[in-house]
Amino acid sequence: MAPAARHRVTPAPSSRRADPRRTVDAVWRIEGARVIATLARMTGDVGFAEELAQEAVVEALQSWPQQGVPRNAGSWLTTVAKRRAIDAWRRRERLDERYRLLARGLAESGEDEWQPIDDDVLRLVFTACHPVLSRPAQIALTLRVVGGLTTAEIARMLLVPVATVQARITRAKKTLAAARVRFEAPDPNEWGERLGAVLSVVYLVFTEGYAATSGDRWIRPDLANEALRLGRVLAGLLPREPEVHGLLALMEFQASRFAARVRPDGTPVLLADQDRTRWDRAQIARGRAALRRAGSTGRGLGPYGLQAAIAECHAVAPSVAETDWRRIVLLYEALGRIAPSPVVELNRAVAVSMAVGPAEALRIVDRLAGEQALRGSHLLPSVRGELLARLGRVEEARAELLAAAELAANRRERSVLLEKAAGL
Amino acid sequence: MKYMLVMRTTEEAVQAAKEQDFEQVINAMGAYNEAMIKAGVLLAGEGLADPAEGVVVDFDAEEPVVTDGPYGETHELFNGFWIIQVSSREEAVEWARRAPLGPGSTLEVRRVQEAEDFADYADNEYIRKEAEWRRQLGTE
Repeated sequence: MAPAARHRVTPAPSSRRADPRRTVDAVWRIEGARVIATLARMTGDVGFAEELAQEAVVEALQSWPQQGVPRNAGSWLTTVAKRRAIDAWRRRERLDERYRLLARGLAESGEDEWQPIDDDVLRLVFTACHPVLSRPAQIALTLRVVGGLTTAEIARMLLVPVATVQARITRAKKTLAAARVRFEAPDPNEWGERLGAVLSVVYLVFTEGYAATSGDRWIRPDLANEALRLGRVLAGLLPREPEVHGLLALMEFQASRFAARVRPDGTPVLLADQDRTRWDRAQIARGRAALRRAGSTGRGLGPYGLQAAIAECHAVAPSVAETDWRRIVLLYEALGRIAPSPVVELNRAVAVSMAVGPAEALRIVDRLAGEQALRGSHLLPSVRGELLARLGRVEEARAELLAAAELAANRRERSVLLEKAAGL
Repeated sequence: MKYMLVMRTTEEAVQAAKEQDFEQVINAMGAYNEAMIKAGVLLAGEGLADPAEGVVVDFDAEEPVVTDGPYGETHELFNGFWIIQVSSREEAVEWARRAPLGPGSTLEVRRVQEAEDFADYADNEYIRKEAEWRRQLGTE
């Protein structure tokens, strides 16, 4: 076994001396979730646990530059935080059962015997994504306590001021305390819904990175990579949940196209026009492996799994023409049955136009239009315009594309639609 | 960003490792790998077979010199690697520090080049070809 040596932060043997702050942040990134999860189980309060852990981090910043980083840094942080908890309770004279348990545990276990429990991390994930919290609060708290990011890092990734992130986290902790949310995994009867909330928080983090709705960059890989990391953590915690693997697969496939999705000048490139040689094949292989795991649970694919299966069809196709559009149509049909939405139906229409022909697809789109679906969105008229153009109905096509351009919110999208209309 | 943790071990330490209880080594490495998988950072990793099976091709002289392994006691051997996806060099170093390795071993922490590192050479014929090679390898 490796010796129980201590690694010095300063003076560092390397010419690039390590910055203590960055070293502590790195340790926190690795250990943070497990430290908070352990403390939350002991205190029953995620907010209090997070504050205690913060205090331990401050102590580490003072101590480690002189003493070196302890071999088992997570255990060190947990022990220091536990002492702080006991101090706080002593001050408040709350020498109840929890205090005694904690004090006894501290006396019995040495620094190296700390055994974080995966179930505690899972409870932490469910608590951070608890339905009493707003979506922005869930996202900030998840990135903070599960992702182990600093508030400054979260602020940079979400492109909001640090004070905003701090306020969201503070409010989230207060809300959890006020609602007396217990530190536990959900009951079986609400499991599906609660897991759904966790997955949508992770996917929102990803999509914000994948198609950034704010900021000057269209793709923000750091945010998307953070979501992938959370997805992999979840896959380790919940190996028998098909949708966890389905979501991970979907994110891997979508992230595999990052390099091909933007031109050097920053403008986006649509799937059909992307240079497929620039897709990340290792990432696609990881996506396919995750999708296989989703399928092998024997419980069928859910909405994320089906979307991943559709993304896989594109990922393995050498070109648009050589894509298995028939399979994509079937997958959209399945998706439409378990998660019906006009957007899914419109996507199915596009797939039908490729697999069968524009006339078949137009029937689906016309039915959607008849139901007044997707009103106010440019999506339906732009698809309808494309289909009419392929059918040679030029005048109608032009009218639809111009209508779509009117509705497009994004300036670039609008100019693409206007160009198409003018080119007919 | 991706980092490769490059494991090097002296011939001596490789021989010493053979004396160890192999199951214990497997357990220690397994626990380390599992920790990185659970943290969502491990992308790939491989260990290399006995250096006695290997050869070294040395380019010091005008003509490359081929030497059969093993190569002598003080020779440092490339012994395996991990590729991890992390958010900073410091985090990669923290993971490296946790590897269950002992005296005679080193881990070199190196950033893996990404497409962006070649952004100025995007039109180079071989850079373009490489993307195609990767595609073919990946789809097999």
